Amino acid sequence: MSEAEVKTNTPSAPAAAVAAPKKDPHAEAKKQRVVTPEYMFLEAPRTKEFITGSEAAKEAIRRSNVDLAIAYPITPQSETMQLVGVLYGEGYVKEYYRGEEEVGVMAAIAGGSRSGVRCYPATAGPGTLRGLEGIASWPGHRLPAVAMFTCRVVNAPLAIQPDNIEVSYLLNCGMIVFHAENQQDMFDFTMAGFTISEKNDVTLPVGVCCDGFFVTHARGYVRMQDRGIKLPPREAYRGAVPVLDAENPPARLSRDAPVQKSNFMAYNIHAVWQQEVWAAVERSRKYINQYMGGLLTAENVDGAEAVIIASGSAAAQSREAVRICAEKGIKVGLIKVRSLRPFPTKELRELCKNTKLIVVPEFNYVGWLAKEVATAIYGYSNAKIIGGPRVYGGQSMPVELIVDEVESGLTGKKSTNVAMSSIMGGAVNQDEVSHFMRSI
Amino acid sequence: MAKRFNIRMAGVGGQGVVTGSHILSTAVINAGGESTIVPFYGSEKRMAPVESYVRVSDEPIYEIGEITFPHIIIIFHPQVITHGKSYTMPFYFGLKEDGVALINNDGPMNLHKDQARELEERRAKLYYFPATKISLEVAGMDLATNMALMGCIGAITGLTNMAGLEQAVKDRFLGKGFVVSGGTAALDSVVERKFKKKQELIDKNVAVMRAGWNYAVEHGWAAPDVKRVEAPAAAAAASA
Repeated sequence: MSEAEVKTNTPSAPAAAVAAPKKDPHAEAKKQRVVTPEYMFLEAPRTKEFITGSEAAKEAIRRSNVDLAIAYPITPQSETMQLVGVLYGEGYVKEYYRGEEEVGVMAAIAGGSRSGVRCYPATAGPGTLRGLEGIASWPGHRLPAVAMFTCRVVNAPLAIQPDNIEVSYLLNCGMIVFHAENQQDMFDFTMAGFTISEKNDVTLPVGVCCDGFFVTHARGYVRMQDRGIKLPPREAYRGAVPVLDAENPPARLSRDAPVQKSNFMAYNIHAVWQQEVWAAVERSRKYINQYMGGLLTAENVDGAEAVIIASGSAAAQSREAVRICAEKGIKVGLIKVRSLRPFPTKELRELCKNTKLIVVPEFNYVGWLAKEVATAIYGYSNAKIIGGPRVYGGQSMPVELIVDEVESGLTGKKSTNVAMSSIMGGAVNQDEVSHFMRSI
Repeated sequence: MAKRFNIRMAGVGGQGVVTGSHILSTAVINAGGESTIVPFYGSEKRMAPVESYVRVSDEPIYEIGEITFPHIIIIFHPQVITHGKSYTMPFYFGLKEDGVALINNDGPMNLHKDQARELEERRAKLYYFPATKISLEVAGMDLATNMALMGCIGAITGLTNMAGLEQAVKDRFLGKGFVVSGGTAALDSVVERKFKKKQELIDKNVAVMRAGWNYAVEHGWAAPDVKRVEAPAAAAAASA
């Protein structure tokens, strides 16, 4: 940590800029210089700063040449979009307003993206589900945008604390979905998201998820490029579908939607659209590799006795579990999944081909990541997969629970924290599983 | 191997549990270590339960959230144990084997026999430490109870030093900018008076902290290589 630390967000700076009557509040934004994504992500020098996840998202938006940001408050995302509002005041974002509620916000984002501008909304938990009707329609209409989801509890009993079950709803929309572990990921994934989202052979929305308060409200070191540079603007005519021509009415609002037809042509059109959406998700892999350095990161997997596979905050907890296991003399590898859609299927098959034990800790009840992992490596690995431990409703995951699963998985001792039904692969005793299923 | 302590502090509103955790955390960072804190409380009122979780290490800390299985617990007020004024019951829940329980009380407490047995089973080290008494003796007030405890825990973990702790108290009460301007002659008399008062407050807090530190050393609780500290004579003369 010998790098110099800088402060770009001194509390007095933005206020002073607005208060001084003669100074143009947009002066600094106007001086921003456009650089190529390649320079921005791979070459530009960076300095580190100790900031919250919300501030990291703000700094990413500052450098992303965003045209339209629409806010609607919901904890724990409210502060993020408030900070984006500060950027609007400073001239870094061209348009910004507060929507009526999430249905309206997501619909307006669709309109903005369709008209060819770069869009950014953010929401959380119940807001995500309220906006999901619109969000689920974006990929089919091939609307590039980056949306931030600061996950929180959505199921009853309701809470404002982190729980990432809402990610499971986003996984099947056809959008690209990233899961940020920390403040640095929030910054990097958001910026890379815009670039990947607008590639001609992708033309899809990107969702950047993180686990609520743990990332948005806590501080961490974020290495950032100079605030004087920004990504190139969106060039909508390069997209896979034509943009809405608002100057020559009647404007065509939707791509040939055959909603009122029920015939083989309609089914055929639907199939073609959906095939094309998911093919575009596949085509985004090369850009994720290029700009983000891969769909996953793997540490010490070769020769490890067990491998922990995790995303988001569970990856942070797993780093500590790996350390504690090392102190106990157990060699454990860590795979952090960054991109959930597309899912790193090929990478996992290769990495896990000789693995004996996989532990998948999660911050939700249903264990969506464990199911994804099991599906991906089915037939390619004989590993026993422990789908747990899991915490939910906002609880922090004690690192010790992850260590327990590694130890019980290696010794064959029955786990007290993970249900038999969540243990997959390997030499699982099917009688025990059915006994468990009958008893619950 | 990393030196790592996950510390759960439990006390009651008004005792400075959160302030104490901030100061310990800053002190460890000041001494070149790493630290994070997570405060946890309900309505902010006197005598209501407060918990704060502090992680200190000499390596990067990735873990987030509450601490369920601490290496060290600090009990700021005996009522946490006797009246159950805590989010965590019993007070030692989750304490790791060979862990430390630092309890602010003038002498050993009569714990329920089941609790005493459980603590013994996990080989807990029970350190009864008269923090409030020390605060009253050294500073003439009970408000520096948290400082005594932080001095004591600083010596037990060995991850900070008195200079780091003293700087953390200054950071907390003066703000980093204020210390710099405090030295200039251009300050008006109001600020000077305020500064003088604050300086006195800081000196007293630091003296209590030092007493806590030395108490830990004298009772053999401190980490290896941690020595007694004396009042820095030059600094004391300069502030007089």
